[in-house]
Amino acid sequence: MEHSIQEVTFHHEPGGDEFVKKVIKTTVLLSVITIIELGLGLLMYAVPMASALELFIKGVIVILSLAKAFYIVGVFMHLGEEVKNLIMTIVLPLLLFVWFIAAFLYEGNSWKNLRNTYKGTPAVTSPAQQHVEGKH
Amino acid sequence: MSTAHAQMETKWWSGGKSPFNVEYGKLMMWYFLMSDAFTFGAFLISYGTIRFSQNYWPDPNEVFNAFPLAGHANLPLAFVSLMTFILIVSSVTMVLAVHAGHKNDRQGVIKWMIWTVIGGIAFLSCQAWEWTHLIMGDHSVLINGEIKQMGTTVSMNPWGLAASVTGADGGHVTTPGPVAFGGYFFGITGFHGFHVLSGVGINIVMLIMAINGTFERKGHYWMIEKAGLYWHFVDLVWVFVFLCFYLI
Repeated sequence: MEHSIQEVTFHHEPGGDEFVKKVIKTTVLLSVITIIELGLGLLMYAVPMASALELFIKGVIVILSLAKAFYIVGVFMHLGEEVKNLIMTIVLPLLLFVWFIAAFLYEGNSWKNLRNTYKGTPAVTSPAQQHVEGKH
Repeated sequence: MSTAHAQMETKWWSGGKSPFNVEYGKLMMWYFLMSDAFTFGAFLISYGTIRFSQNYWPDPNEVFNAFPLAGHANLPLAFVSLMTFILIVSSVTMVLAVHAGHKNDRQGVIKWMIWTVIGGIAFLSCQAWEWTHLIMGDHSVLINGEIKQMGTTVSMNPWGLAASVTGADGGHVTTPGPVAFGGYFFGITGFHGFHVLSGVGINIVMLIMAINGTFERKGHYWMIEKAGLYWHFVDLVWVFVFLCFYLI
């Protein structure tokens, strides 16, 4: 009997009002981050700027979005309160995204560069083909 | 002393315990969400690849600048901000429903689930309006020397560079933009919208079960918790859809 009681040991109940306060705090935080993101997005639209600066602002927006994701997963989904091994089985596979994103965006950029430098199919130059044409 | 120490550091793998200390269904929900994250990730990375391969890509501030009942006012990103806030708030009401479930507070669960369902439906309605506006919108586009009217669809993109001519009424004329824009936008926001739709469906089922007292008879509200995980995931995905399509 004691065995079956131990088997199921979930006791994740977060504290009462304290938890509600934490939720409200997180909501405000998420809203503020979203407003900052929008502000930065509109700044790029309203003010003409160097593309390097624009890239930097976009990077900042990406980091802010990752912060939002961290708060949603950590507070709303309570992942932070789970057993560490469980957290690792969820988070470690997601590290594949690092390579996934880097490789594919590099690939996309490479396509662009190749297309931009492509001069069209070169005229027939190989001796073999000239030979065939000469026979006509 | 040694027994106290043993109790402090639980040996999860010594047998007789659930090593991850969660119920089976919740663990599987986490793994489902992880796999779903890869699906969305693959879509978004594919979009990023195509976008990186183009010399020109439409500016979201110009594409998404309409607001219902605001006529032709230029309000970049205003409507999508509203959609984002609706989804964040519905995520919060979901947290409160799960919290009420922990306290076995049936009335609380019912109240917050109703708000969550309303939030989900509101989001879907906004998306329906946005899609309709994009598809039905008329924009003058110069194609083969002729000015044609077109909206944004999976095969047409009027958001190209400005054309060298102006319309008969002196209006703004563009060249066609990259076709992939519409396909990725409707494909990915549609896939997310479908998740929201199924989330609303799941939440309605949870609401009915709560009203019928199913969870009270079971003695716990774990199903609300699992539905909650799914719903938060939908919000989480929107953070990245919002980032990739509207902000950068």
